Amino acid sequence: MSKALSDRRKFILNMARGVGLATMSGFIWSAFIDEATAAKLTLRPPGALKEEDFLKTCIKCGLCVEACPYDTLSLAAPGDNKAIGTPFFIPRDIPCYMCTDIPCVPVCPTGALDESSVTTNEKLDINVADMGLAIVDEKSCVAFWGIQCDACYRACPLLDVAITIEYSKNERTGKHAFLKPVVHADACTGCGMCEHACITEDAAIKILPRDLVQGKAGSHYIKGWDKEDEKRLENAKEIKTVTEISKKTAVDSLNSNLLEDLY
Amino acid sequence: MSLSRREFLKSSAAASAAAAIGMNVPTELEASAATAESGWRWDKAACRFCGTGCGIMMATKNGKIVAVKGDPAAPVNRGLNCIKGYFNAKIMYGADRLTQPLLRMDDKGNFDKQGKFAPVTWERAFDEMELNIRKALKASGPEGVAVFASGQYTIMEGYAAQKMMKGGFRSNAIDPNARHCMASAVVGFYQTFGIDEPSGCYDDIELTDTVVSWGSNMAEMHPILWSRVTDRKLSDPDRVKVINMSTYRHRTSDLADIEIIFTPNTDLAMWNYIAREIVYNNPDAIDWDFLKKNIIFAASPVNMGYGMRRAGEKSVMPVREDGSAGKYTAKEMETYNHEMVHKVSANEAPALKAYGYKEGDDMVNKPAGLKHWEISFEEYKKFLEPYTLDYVAKISKGDPDEDINAFKKKLQTLADLYIEKGRKVVSFWTMGMNQHTRGTWVNTLSYNVHFMLNKQALPGSGAFSLTGQPSACGTAREVGTFCHRLPADMMVKNPHHREKVEKRWKIPAGTLNPVGNQHIMKIHRDIEDGLVKFAWVNVCNAYQDSANAKHWIKAAREMDNFIVTSDGYPGISAMVSDLVLPSAMIYEKWGAYGNAERRSQHWRQQVLPVGHAMSDTWQWMELSKRFTVKDVWGPYTLRNGKQLADVRKAAHDLGYTDDTTMYEILYANEEAKSYKIDMNSFPQKGYDNSDCSGDSRNVIGGDGKVVKGCGFMVHEYLWEEYASFGRGHGHDLAPFTVYHKVRGLKWPVVDGKETPWRFNVKYDPYAAAAVKKSGNGSDFAFYGTLAKALPYGNLMGVTNSEKKPLTNKAKIFARPYMDPPEVPDTNYDTWLCTGRVLEHWHSGTMTMRVPELFRAVPEALCYMNPKTAEEKGLKQGDLCWVESRRGRVKAHVETRGRNRPPRGLVFVPWFDEKVFINKVCLDATCPQSKQTDYKKCAVKIYKA
Repeated sequence: MSKALSDRRKFILNMARGVGLATMSGFIWSAFIDEATAAKLTLRPPGALKEEDFLKTCIKCGLCVEACPYDTLSLAAPGDNKAIGTPFFIPRDIPCYMCTDIPCVPVCPTGALDESSVTTNEKLDINVADMGLAIVDEKSCVAFWGIQCDACYRACPLLDVAITIEYSKNERTGKHAFLKPVVHADACTGCGMCEHACITEDAAIKILPRDLVQGKAGSHYIKGWDKEDEKRLENAKEIKTVTEISKKTAVDSLNSNLLEDLY
Repeated sequence: MSLSRREFLKSSAAASAAAAIGMNVPTELEASAATAESGWRWDKAACRFCGTGCGIMMATKNGKIVAVKGDPAAPVNRGLNCIKGYFNAKIMYGADRLTQPLLRMDDKGNFDKQGKFAPVTWERAFDEMELNIRKALKASGPEGVAVFASGQYTIMEGYAAQKMMKGGFRSNAIDPNARHCMASAVVGFYQTFGIDEPSGCYDDIELTDTVVSWGSNMAEMHPILWSRVTDRKLSDPDRVKVINMSTYRHRTSDLADIEIIFTPNTDLAMWNYIAREIVYNNPDAIDWDFLKKNIIFAASPVNMGYGMRRAGEKSVMPVREDGSAGKYTAKEMETYNHEMVHKVSANEAPALKAYGYKEGDDMVNKPAGLKHWEISFEEYKKFLEPYTLDYVAKISKGDPDEDINAFKKKLQTLADLYIEKGRKVVSFWTMGMNQHTRGTWVNTLSYNVHFMLNKQALPGSGAFSLTGQPSACGTAREVGTFCHRLPADMMVKNPHHREKVEKRWKIPAGTLNPVGNQHIMKIHRDIEDGLVKFAWVNVCNAYQDSANAKHWIKAAREMDNFIVTSDGYPGISAMVSDLVLPSAMIYEKWGAYGNAERRSQHWRQQVLPVGHAMSDTWQWMELSKRFTVKDVWGPYTLRNGKQLADVRKAAHDLGYTDDTTMYEILYANEEAKSYKIDMNSFPQKGYDNSDCSGDSRNVIGGDGKVVKGCGFMVHEYLWEEYASFGRGHGHDLAPFTVYHKVRGLKWPVVDGKETPWRFNVKYDPYAAAAVKKSGNGSDFAFYGTLAKALPYGNLMGVTNSEKKPLTNKAKIFARPYMDPPEVPDTNYDTWLCTGRVLEHWHSGTMTMRVPELFRAVPEALCYMNPKTAEEKGLKQGDLCWVESRRGRVKAHVETRGRNRPPRGLVFVPWFDEKVFINKVCLDATCPQSKQTDYKKCAVKIYKA
């Protein structure tokens, strides 16, 4: 890191810390609340607790920011529209380079960045980090036009795992193929290398906090063609459904005066 | 656009009035006339980048290119592009475009080699060039004046440069960067077919059953062709097989049914293994009828060295006790010494046994040239004997962690696929087989297999050399901007060829220099030796793209010479130079490129160049005005003692005086002037022509006056004169205007029809005519004429020196496995391979200035196996040194990226001037093709 950059970062860090302390005053505290609602879109360092818990646990010390060798992380300053003093990153500017030794996490003094969540078999494992999820806008992604791009695929640290290429025929030309990027939510860490590399004017692949992007299919239906999918049964709960029509008991329903409307 | 109706009427009336009297319409006005209806104008062009040759359309608005689209009518790409092509509209508009000539000067405005660059006029720039060329001619004769030429020249530019260099200065020291990329393919074509360039075309992809990629990362380097291969695979996934042969895993493996990771250089052994499988284990697969009618067998010397500096050359003198020599350290000499004597290794011994060598023998190397001779099939069979599966698998398996039996099985399957009756096979290759110290050999070995199976020059079958550069074929090869070549496969050393060219160029007999040996590495070495005193870099980046770069840069900066670079942007070559000239970039001039399937494609000047930039053709014409008959056509003695005759008297007989300029002879002659400026007709109507008519910028030219242009249609003249060499000789090109109406044509274009498959009687009128004449009833005629009479012998040498003609025949060569000159050892324990990435073109001068491409891949990484990283105490993202005997660079470690080398090999791309990997690379070349091997040298890796 160049000296000038490092000085600038220290300055910003100190300022953010100052703000962190000042949050004790009621006025700024209320500002913080407003920004916390905006924080839904904020991308946190690897290992960050769920946003609500993270905000409660993070003491805005900036150690993770200092530990990052790529200047990826910043502490939110006033106007960033994020909980002031908390670490975040903007992948289009600087993505998370997925250091294998994850220097930003073990330095966290409070567990807001939870080492256990980025650990496999007692070893730090950045590949299980969950900072967010990449989504592709198929309208602006030029690979969906037939352009041979795949810059995101080649930039992905989990190439062929988190992003794979789907091949399909280009019927218009009759002799070329589409090579389209497909993100695999189970492997994507949200590092943002893809968003950073994307060659469109505004990135056609973007990282968003996972719960904002991802849906969830119920465990009452298991893919009959996918043995793996059975795993979801482990979470299966007793099924009891209530809809507008079934919220009364059977007896109450039968005794209601609806009968009169039937004829 | 907010042209009022009145303004619209006014401007369109002015435009048509101007056109009617043939005057030059200022571009601003012209643009508003053409765009009044739509706001922009679309016109066709070719993509600036690789050898695929995609057709594009450029949108021009207010005199600037504002957008690009793939040309839906272009047969190569049908409207698609890769992401380099996608950014064609942005490549000319980098903030630091060179806009005026820049000269290194002292405070007083005198040239000073140690001075800083400052702007000068074009006139001053040409004054300095003229002065320094005169000095160089005086000091070293024509061999002292050199040009680093290009496979990215337009066809006309290359032809213009060639005329002045060879016809004017009588110097053959003009050699393109295509030497670094295609020379081995060329010599392979010459030796095998007697004529350059592929038999097949891209339609082979749709027609084949099998694509074998040998040393070619098509997925990144020819993305549009790769999408065609992908489509073919999708069409019939069970039938169509894709095999990727490489020294490391790359994206071409994604689609592959089989991936074969081999040890560098062992492609030689694997080709011979497949041939052995055919000859020994599947003799029924040999098409003897085809072989007897069309093929002979041949051999050549093996002790030919590695194209490095030889003992006795000026810069490796004196040899000191510590092992250093001249300007080279003892470490560097460890490798260079192999040039003279090479110890036969255990790996080589079985392959070289038939040549009388055993392990540990000293092989004394001698320059062998291109010499070869005919041998019998039995001798060829004997040659193939050692290439058993066991031997080949043992030396070839490139991934130390792969099981040998699994590897063997893959080799066997590969051979089976080639041999399978009725299975069509295309073998594609690019730099892996060309950038190779036995590049010519391995190219010829590919044809062996295809010939024996009669799977060559057929729709869907053939060995097919893919080209790297957009006009390596069209310009460098077809025009012949190589030191040894003339247009249309003619050679400077052939007196009949020289005579033909001299007549056509209307220059005296004996003007052309018969010695053409200053290939691109030789030019660098000649600068270091102090022979070449003037060098001009044209449309390339010779000081970034040449291996062992430190030596050449030091020589350029510290010795008594004058280096000029013409470029669009300030790259390493410009920085190394004494004078920098601002060149018009591709769509700022009329031009044409020729792609890898022999397709020539033209475009018109779309916009005016930025600043005071002018085209390279204009620069050559301006320079030629500075030299007269008496300046350049006197007698010279070449360094080998050969005399170049005084042809001034003969020039008088042709009607020239001592003071006739080269411009008047080579460019603005009577024939040239018959090609008129005609702003009323297609294709000139409505388009700028800065070279011919000047333009509204009113640039002050080489004579201190406003540039008015040459006054005739120089592009058409250069095209037609150049094309006249090939017409009737198997290189037929269509008339200039035709190309402005079509989406390119694959030569030879005979009776208005292009040729999809050469040498095949059904598709190639030249083959049909040849077979009709010979009456042998063959379906093929390999009618090339180079090296088509050979003596006879065995593997060891010639036994009967009487030359026998082999009209219409091609050759199968016996060429053994050999090691490269530098292999990893205990000190330098890792292979280094270099290459490109999809996002960047060559040295990155254009693509690193496109913000989106820069953002996508801002720096060159050192790709390595995670285990190699671990062994070296490195982790993902660390900075490491990559160090060879010649130099070192720092790069970030990438263990999980797009390239996945096996243990013991690293890959570093060369686009990034900040990770200047060519400082590390070895300048060994194929001794026959003189093409540099950028794919292998030995390095050590350690933490930075």
